[in-house]
Amino acid sequence: MKYVAGVDVGSTQTKAVIIDQNKTIVGRSLLDMETSMTTIAQDAFKAALANAKISEDQVIYIVGTGYGRYNVTFGSEQVTEISCHARGAVTLFPGTRTVIDIGGQDTKAIRVKDDGQVGDFTMNDKCAAGTGRFLGAASYALEMPLSELGPLALKSQNPVRITTTCTVFAESEIISHLAKGLLPEDVLMGVHQAITSRCVSLARRVGIESEVTFTGGVSRNVAIVKLLEESAGTKINVSPDAHFCGALGAALFSHDRAFGNQARSAAA
Amino acid sequence: MTIEILEPAPTVDAAATLFDPRIEGQRLMRDWYTGLGEAAARGQHVANVFVMGNAVEILRTFDFQLVFPEINSLQTGVRKASEEYLRLSEDYGMSPDVCSYVKADVGLILKEQQHPAGLIPKAHIAIASNMCSTFIKWAEIWERLLKTPTFVLDLPGQRAANWRVRPGDAQHAADSRWVEAQFRDLIQKCEKITGKRFDMDRLAEVEERVNKMVFHWNNVMALNRVCPAPYNAMLDGLTYIGIMNVYRGAPEGVEFMRKLEEQLKAKVARGEGRVAEERFRLLFSGTPCYVSMRRLVELFETWGGVFAYSDYLTFAAGGMDAGELVYDTSRPLESLAEVTALAAQRGLSNQFFAHERLAQQVRDYDVDGIVFHGIKSCRFVSSGMADTRDYLNKRLKIPSLYIESDLIDPRYWSDAQIKNRVDAFFETLHQSGGGAPLAPKTVSSTGERAA
Repeated sequence: MKYVAGVDVGSTQTKAVIIDQNKTIVGRSLLDMETSMTTIAQDAFKAALANAKISEDQVIYIVGTGYGRYNVTFGSEQVTEISCHARGAVTLFPGTRTVIDIGGQDTKAIRVKDDGQVGDFTMNDKCAAGTGRFLGAASYALEMPLSELGPLALKSQNPVRITTTCTVFAESEIISHLAKGLLPEDVLMGVHQAITSRCVSLARRVGIESEVTFTGGVSRNVAIVKLLEESAGTKINVSPDAHFCGALGAALFSHDRAFGNQARSAAA
Repeated sequence: MTIEILEPAPTVDAAATLFDPRIEGQRLMRDWYTGLGEAAARGQHVANVFVMGNAVEILRTFDFQLVFPEINSLQTGVRKASEEYLRLSEDYGMSPDVCSYVKADVGLILKEQQHPAGLIPKAHIAIASNMCSTFIKWAEIWERLLKTPTFVLDLPGQRAANWRVRPGDAQHAADSRWVEAQFRDLIQKCEKITGKRFDMDRLAEVEERVNKMVFHWNNVMALNRVCPAPYNAMLDGLTYIGIMNVYRGAPEGVEFMRKLEEQLKAKVARGEGRVAEERFRLLFSGTPCYVSMRRLVELFETWGGVFAYSDYLTFAAGGMDAGELVYDTSRPLESLAEVTALAAQRGLSNQFFAHERLAQQVRDYDVDGIVFHGIKSCRFVSSGMADTRDYLNKRLKIPSLYIESDLIDPRYWSDAQIKNRVDAFFETLHQSGGGAPLAPKTVSSTGERAA
């Protein structure tokens, strides 16, 4: 049996996905960025191999994606995460017309055409406000794990307005609000609203059209999902594999190359 | 507009037998900077002018040495020296949000006029028009720091798309009279500064040369409608527009433009494009990022993408690229006023109606996509880009890319981010069915007028 893989080297985490000839996910891995990009890419790929219980020589094509895609030195080619997230999202939810991806320091909105191809995209520029890093700052300031931020924020009755758009200043603003005795859930809800507001603003530039699919690590945050649904005025698709969407898209491009279906190929 | 051309030039031996615009452009711009350094020794009077709405024709009749502060500033970027000048002005108290051309120029003043290309003389007069509101504020800085007298040229705007004058147009006649009155005032001031009498015949001679330059310039622009495009509008084109501005009305400028057109025509006849395989024809909207322009073009050309046209070549040439803007040298001053008013109105109106202008250029140059380059500190050019992009996406379904950096500030250039966007843009174009070499097209000329 032959397999193909996608490795998504992001700013904070690296994801790898291995699929079989039927495009079924057989292995995956997710590693935090702790070593060099090249090393982490290899480690993630090996972890996905172990998860799939297959050997390296069974993987015949690998596409690297994400900011560190050129660090997937063992890969066959590179495709940007814009193409990969769109491809992954459309595969997970075929009705997808808008993809919102919030990663560690990148937020992107992608308009998908009726044929599933990328129609337009926009990304945050020069500033990490509205990205996962904003939540990271809140997590640090509140000394609370990322996974607990969303559920706590949803308990808020009186959200605080976070006025700064700067991720660095956000931390001091959060500390300042907490020092005034405001409730952590109210401060947190303010943080979540600030992120969502920036993100929806980006999405509106490409046009929000249903179905909207939310990808990237921040899609696991229940408060962001709820706020996005309220702001966009539509239900948001979130897959259990949303975190792996970029890597999945990369694996699907690998599948095109290895097993045909060139019509869906992205890169020249 | 480049002096230190953005690409390395071929060897001098090769140029001896063949006109090479890069080598010739470098030589002319070096000569210009040498002229700036020698102005004081020659006892020559100096005028600061902007590239839009500048009355250069009048100044040339008085033998003013022209200084283009915008070009000085962009040259600090091309020469990778801009950060020092920018930091100097920020240390002086200027906000990071101020136009980086202005800031680099303030840095130049703080460095006692020492530019990487040589000493820049202080001006005896500065001409500032209202074509960009920053011009007037910029001139006020010279007034305050260098005691430079400023002449503000008020050019009436005209909020209409594709503005054209109809015979007997009363508004145009009134606008022209208003501009002409200001020119007469300027002439008096120039006479006072230089001690020379104004010579109407010399003005006609300068205008005749501008007419020839504009004729060739329009043809050069039209030559890039051919596939493959013989030059990259945002690399080679920046050299051309530099000569167009600095040598406007000078014999060397006419000769450069004539030879350039010849050279490009020959290139087109040979079927020779800017890149070996032109796969995508693109339009660039906005100002260049001079500090990284070569890198940016490389990111696009790697994918076979060539900028066939840029609106920068229109507005940064002062709106003179419209074919019918020809000086009537039998009545030089009146004609100068008429054309100046019209060119300004084109420049202003073009910015206000960028969506309609770009839609036309998309068709004229048969482009596959548009790249918008937004610059936070340049509101004149960047503020309407989001609306324009939205309009073109919806109406023409043309793919577009929006990137941000700066004119000359390297701190705003993020290579990984920009490369990511460029790569994704080409992946999108490819998915949309692009990627195949386009069929050759015939040359369309701008007109039959003799130069």
